[in-house]
Amino acid sequence: MATQTQVIVNPARQRGWLDHVQDWVTTVDHKKIGLMYIGYALIFLVIAGFEAILMRIQLLVPNNHFVSPQDFNRLFTMHGTTMVFFVGMPILFGFGNYLVPLMIGARDMAFPRLNAFSFWVSAFGGLLLYFSYFAGSGLYGAGTAPDVGWFAYAPLTARVFSPGHSTDYWTLSIFISGIGSIGTALNIVATTLCMRCPGMKLSRMPLLVWLYLVTSGLVFVTISPLTAAQIMLCIDRYLGGHFFDTQAGGSAVLWMHFFWIFGHPEVYVLVLPAFAFANEIIPVFSRKAIFGYPAMVAASVGIGFVSLSVWAHHMFTVGMGPGPNAFFTFSTMVISVPTGIKIFNWLATLWGGNIHLTTPMKFAIGFLFQFLIAGLTGIMLSVSPFDWQLGNSYFVVAHFHYVLVGAILFMIFAAFYYWYPKMTGRMLSDKLGSWHFWLFLIGFHLTFDFMHIPGLEGMPRRIYTYEADRGWTLLNQIVSSGAVFQAIATLIFVWNMVVSYFKGEKAGPDPWDAWTLEWSTSSPPPSYNFATLPVVESRRPLWDRKHPEEPDAQYE
Amino acid sequence: MSTAVALTHEQIEEWKQPSRGIVGMACLVIAESAIFIIFVVAYLFYIGKSLNGPTPREVLEIPWFASICLLSSSITVHFAVLDLRQSRIGRFITWLATTVVLGSIFLAATAMEWYDLIYHYGLTIRTNLFGTTFYSLVGLHASHVIVGLIMLGLALVFGLLGKVNAHHAERLEVVSIYWHFVDAVWVVVFTVVYVVGR
Amino acid sequence: MLVSLQLLAVSPDIARTAHAFPSRAAHWVSHVGLRFSSLIFDQPAGSIFAPQATPARSIFSLSLLVLGICTVIFLIVAGLLLFTLIRYRHRRGYTQREPAQIYGSTQIELSWTVIPILIVVVLFLATARVIFVTQTAAKPSNALDVVVIGHQYWWEYRYPKLGVVTANELHIPISDTKQPRPTYLTMLSADTDHSFWVPRLAGKMDLIPNKVNTMWIDPEKPGLYLGQCAQYCGVQHAKMLIRVYAQSPADFEAWIKQQQLTAAQDVNVAHGRAVFEGNACANCHTISGTTAHGAFGPNLSHLASRDTIASGAVPNNAQNLRAFIDDPAHFKPGVLMPAMHLTDHDLDAVTQYLLTLH
Repeated sequence: MATQTQVIVNPARQRGWLDHVQDWVTTVDHKKIGLMYIGYALIFLVIAGFEAILMRIQLLVPNNHFVSPQDFNRLFTMHGTTMVFFVGMPILFGFGNYLVPLMIGARDMAFPRLNAFSFWVSAFGGLLLYFSYFAGSGLYGAGTAPDVGWFAYAPLTARVFSPGHSTDYWTLSIFISGIGSIGTALNIVATTLCMRCPGMKLSRMPLLVWLYLVTSGLVFVTISPLTAAQIMLCIDRYLGGHFFDTQAGGSAVLWMHFFWIFGHPEVYVLVLPAFAFANEIIPVFSRKAIFGYPAMVAASVGIGFVSLSVWAHHMFTVGMGPGPNAFFTFSTMVISVPTGIKIFNWLATLWGGNIHLTTPMKFAIGFLFQFLIAGLTGIMLSVSPFDWQLGNSYFVVAHFHYVLVGAILFMIFAAFYYWYPKMTGRMLSDKLGSWHFWLFLIGFHLTFDFMHIPGLEGMPRRIYTYEADRGWTLLNQIVSSGAVFQAIATLIFVWNMVVSYFKGEKAGPDPWDAWTLEWSTSSPPPSYNFATLPVVESRRPLWDRKHPEEPDAQYE
Repeated sequence: MSTAVALTHEQIEEWKQPSRGIVGMACLVIAESAIFIIFVVAYLFYIGKSLNGPTPREVLEIPWFASICLLSSSITVHFAVLDLRQSRIGRFITWLATTVVLGSIFLAATAMEWYDLIYHYGLTIRTNLFGTTFYSLVGLHASHVIVGLIMLGLALVFGLLGKVNAHHAERLEVVSIYWHFVDAVWVVVFTVVYVVGR
Repeated sequence: MLVSLQLLAVSPDIARTAHAFPSRAAHWVSHVGLRFSSLIFDQPAGSIFAPQATPARSIFSLSLLVLGICTVIFLIVAGLLLFTLIRYRHRRGYTQREPAQIYGSTQIELSWTVIPILIVVVLFLATARVIFVTQTAAKPSNALDVVVIGHQYWWEYRYPKLGVVTANELHIPISDTKQPRPTYLTMLSADTDHSFWVPRLAGKMDLIPNKVNTMWIDPEKPGLYLGQCAQYCGVQHAKMLIRVYAQSPADFEAWIKQQQLTAAQDVNVAHGRAVFEGNACANCHTISGTTAHGAFGPNLSHLASRDTIASGAVPNNAQNLRAFIDDPAHFKPGVLMPAMHLTDHDLDAVTQYLLTLH
């Protein structure tokens, strides 16, 4: 692979800002693309967070008039769609893009140009979705941003119930970003299977790489059903098709099946990378190897497979009959077994260790507690009769935010604090990190612990207001108050990243005394990652180098 | 220094991993299969549920000739790859051209079938559930045939221009995997639409 | 424990020693404490922990088992986590370079695989029983049949064997253990997906167009049970409220008899009736005994017998009724009834007419 290109550079010519922009726009370097994914996702995190704050203000008192019903319905649709597709997916693909080649000792992804294409296509999708706010009302004068909910149930999405183009912005923007997701997943699989450095057998890959491999494999069979369903929806809306047209004998439930065949594995696509980060961060700050590496691999693969069989637990109230209800209850309960194994293995890694509560570790511990609770409320919801009461209520909203914010976002924060030194060469401020952590923790629990209760008291989701006589008012106010803490904490976090870039303590190649290959490069790594490709003999190559008297290689 | 499990120089030299192109195409095939499976499920689900209009039994004729052409084209493209690997460029071009021709015959036959269905029987995508699911599924497959023919056609053009040699055999193999996938999907679509659905 | 928390919050000792806190915060904390305890003891209108009918009751019992198991698991695992964090936290006197590296243990892995599997089996069997009992229950011969049709954004109720069609307020008889008389609901939809959820009576069941679902409820005590639509159905999903009136058999019979009568024909409001029949009202609404046979909107034959209008959104009185007819979007922006643009005189007349329809 040693093709040399002569680049003639005029040393007298200054590199202006336009050159930098061109550099980033045309780059195929996995590290730059990873950073663009992450930056892009952070912008959308702030926007979607703002949408959430608007909703929480509207729900402060019954029959509030802060936003109109139409605007509220658009807000929850945009908030959910943005968070899943334009925050969650890009940020996790961004970290994967950055870390996977470094961790396997490769110089780039398998298909660098496909990598760049996937990013720009996904980015375009996000811009298209938000263009709907500006795109005007069209001939029908029927609204701008989509308002059909992030799962866009049929027949609400049919032309007759959703005239105008708002629904189409939803369909097309996600369709386009789905192409990008499949491209990136393809890249990760090909890179992982084909570009590992000598000695790195599959059984020696860092667990992060394993989890990204499983996630990417899952993406192929997860995004595609949604793509298919969206093609069908477009055929219904524009070519007169009847896939989900109940007047012509079509089935609304079919859309639900297709959507959730995507939707459930999608949440595993979002959570497996969070597990990946935990698998790297928890051992380093416990100063111990991960407990039970083979079991962790098996559990991850198992979760990937079982997640494909649980989708209709989102449809327990649809009237599927006792047989399917029982089956999906069972499969959903089964998935708790490998998930529990992972929690116990993390616990066993901490046990007997020497735990350093650095900022990334604080967030990782928060993740552990909160993921445990989220998993348990998930078990409660898997009991279909219980779901007949709690489904489509604020209990469900609390449960999935517990996973998405309490587990995934916490772990993403941990990943930021852990890998920011590698990406920029500077440490993030620990003091600001502490403020970020504690404020966010308080806000998170104020909002999402209390949010379970209105669900238990009959408050359904997706309502722009509620009645005064239901007793939900005080609870909604507590929930809304937590949002303020989370917003401030997030702003502190953004400030930390900006300030530390210029004034942070210099990090050096290995500030955490860690064990995987990315810490053997400089911070930030050179564009070619490794001058000579590393050769590894165990799962923790840097441990072997630092502890030549008892290398991991002896124990595997 | 290192322990006895260190890799030897020979082992490092021999470190082999699968081909990126083939792994990448396999991933694409998996993703596309998932899309097709959803359309097939919709087709199967809606069999017999149309409220009106032409039924499959009334209007569908089994496309024997077109199917034989398409499935044989898998065999011809396979030989094209083998011949290219062994630098038999002339034979490679012949097999590849045959593949493109066979694929084009399949497309033409599909077009003729659709013309008949639309103008003779009045079956369109909006007529009933059968129309919607039929044109969607068969159309999705046909669009993949078109993409495959474009790729094979490009390879043929490069071959005729004398720019293809044995070094490119693996890339042609990657394209041929896509083509085999398209043919395998046709086997499923054929069974579901013309056998089970009638 | 929750009661003591509440007492703690309002104890004067705490108020005195907590001089650092503003007294308002203490007030707020006591409010929260009260709120917690009220979840269990006062039973808010929609609490799933206050079942008043068999389906809700069987879900409640199952939920106690599930909550119990989950609480125990949480206490054990969270307890272990907390213990580990405290016991193995890095301390200044730590002399080793690194702790002992433990790579795994097959025995331990097996134990925490097998035990969860056993818990899953127990939980599943308990759940499967409730699923089958609820969903395959045989229908008693004296069950009351009601057809529920979901519309954007109101509920239509038909009693096919009794010839009654009404909207938004469901009246059913109570069902006591000596003489059970459950109500069987057949659920249809006229447009998008809806969901019928009255937490104290049963779990929710969706209303899906082109699909027929069924559920049953058997309230034990007379009273008003509140609920609302639980599947996003469009702009006014939030105001598609449910009011279920469970009545004694005698009261229910009386109500049925009244609903079976043709709509009142009071000559004093003849002008109002003429306005109704002569305007577009008749296209969407039905009033028995008149020329209005519209089926798109709620049946108004006995509108005045209802406590609320606009599917529970506002109380049914002259002022609200008049305002609603004049501009429905005033109460429910996005509702499908258009503003009728009647003159003040006609508006008054038709309101007076509707108020006579008991």
